[in-house]
Amino acid sequence: MLKGRAFKFGDGISTDHIIPGRLAHLRSNLPELAKHVLEDADPTFVSRVKAGDFIVAGSNFGLGSSREHAPLVIKMAGVSAILAKSAARIFFRNAINLGLPVLICDTDGIADGDELAVDLAAGTVRNVTRSKQFTFGKIPAVMLRILGEGGLIPYIQKHGGFKL
Amino acid sequence: MGKTLAEKILSQKSGNDARAGDMVIAEVDLAFVQDTTGPLTVRQFQSGGFKSLANPLKTAIFIDHAAPSPNRSLSNDHWLLRRFARETGAVMSDVGEGVCHQLVGESLARPGDVIVGSDSHTVTAGGLGAFATGMGSSDVAVAMALGKTWFRVPESIQVVAAGSFPKGVYAKDLTLHLIGLIGADGATYKALEFGGETVTAMSMSSRLTTANMAVEAGAKVGLFPADETTRDYLAGQGRGEHYRPISPDTDAAYEQTININVAGLEPTVSRPHTVDNTAPVTELKGTKVQQVVIGTCTNGRLEDLAVAAGILKGKKSHPETRLIVAPASRRVMLEAVKNGFIQVLIEAGAAVLPPGCGPCLGLHQGVLGDGEVCLSTSNRNFKGRMGNPEALVYLGSPATAAATAIAGEITDPREVI
Ligand code: SF4
Repeated sequence: MLKGRAFKFGDGISTDHIIPGRLAHLRSNLPELAKHVLEDADPTFVSRVKAGDFIVAGSNFGLGSSREHAPLVIKMAGVSAILAKSAARIFFRNAINLGLPVLICDTDGIADGDELAVDLAAGTVRNVTRSKQFTFGKIPAVMLRILGEGGLIPYIQKHGGFKL
Repeated sequence: MGKTLAEKILSQKSGNDARAGDMVIAEVDLAFVQDTTGPLTVRQFQSGGFKSLANPLKTAIFIDHAAPSPNRSLSNDHWLLRRFARETGAVMSDVGEGVCHQLVGESLARPGDVIVGSDSHTVTAGGLGAFATGMGSSDVAVAMALGKTWFRVPESIQVVAAGSFPKGVYAKDLTLHLIGLIGADGATYKALEFGGETVTAMSMSSRLTTANMAVEAGAKVGLFPADETTRDYLAGQGRGEHYRPISPDTDAAYEQTININVAGLEPTVSRPHTVDNTAPVTELKGTKVQQVVIGTCTNGRLEDLAVAAGILKGKKSHPETRLIVAPASRRVMLEAVKNGFIQVLIEAGAAVLPPGCGPCLGLHQGVLGDGEVCLSTSNRNFKGRMGNPEALVYLGSPATAAATAIAGEITDPREVI
């Protein structure tokens, strides 16, 4: 069970909002890079987020670049899962490859600061603040297995290849 | 039932009868990285305990985003990549050679290939009929090590273009129009497949422009059939043997068909801060612009520079507007020099950069100031994209860019052609 507070974002949060190209010189210095996570969407996010918290967004979260650094710095910030109405394809796959769940659900019923509890196995999100429970979309089996091993690299190390 | 281009290629490369919605493991014909995502790919490769590449000659490393390097840490990243290439035998493309997607199109991509690159605009090679898609560093690291990756076979949206382009309207305008129509997530997880009489008549340069921006509608790939134009293009690049025709079956199943008559299109511009925020250029007339960029993997080819030079010949860029030109590759630059385009552009006031990404991602070579406005021929205008979240980026065709550079404000290219 994952537990934490919701940090609410709108639609169309791009990889440039998450970690802009101008910081490319920090990509081999991840702790420094992580200090800027989501800076262009909410400059206060990094100082407020705590381990376990959730990013809760609108549609098309993570559109844009293929930079895996985007989900990586979100994970480094302590975020335990991203909840969004929809997510861009590459971002979604990258996040799962890093062991960071992206859960597709209707996020309108979650407000900034709400306490959430996510049960990955049951596929449910409980909004503790508002005493409401809802489900999130199914993650394809191959991705669930990757997520289960903590990411793509540990998955491949263990299994030697893909299993569909 | 027949197959779409995506289903055909993934069937061939997976050895299965691949249909939309299926999961397949496909052979990878080319895996590549660039200098801002490559270092993490190398680290993921090493953390996976991999020692060698499945196919060194089908693995490429491009230094293009920060080329030449603007600072010490990126210089060190470049060395990490050069060392990796030396140790593994991967193909290396260094400073001055150009943008990865342009070089993949010029020298590596073949119709029917599966190509994965750690850059979202890997979709560009769809212009040649390759199933080419962007992935993150971990996925590309694994593809480099195993020579394979997994895919969900995408549903396809067919885009059928009819009619001929009016004066001043180009593939870029068609592309921006399409993205405005379906939205930045209109094709998420899907393939865009282009066809119709206009597509048959489109040059390879135009096809690459349109395929390049498929990802701006969220698409996994933007596919063109491989036809006579593809054959001539490959032969012109000295690799005619790479040609093989590929087209969708006439009874392929599409999720949706979008018909566009290009004869009715106008020059189109994306407004800040999203690509799908499009408008006809006429609506934006008078918007003052401090910087114009012509180049990038979207519109930095010879044909683009020819259009820009045609408009700028004998003219000067506006005194309050900086004109920056970055040819997409060394080959493009050399041809543009031979054809006199570079001279025309320099005489018009352009700062000509070395082949590469130039100012496109906000790293160097044209970072915008607070409140500045730029019109660029690139593919993205997200907040902060050109190095400054306080700046505004508009996207348009090379013709719109050239006309805008002269007037110092967003201008309809039909006024000056
Ligand atoms: S030119 Fe721009 S969009 Fe193209 S690869 Fe370079 S940074 Fe990316």
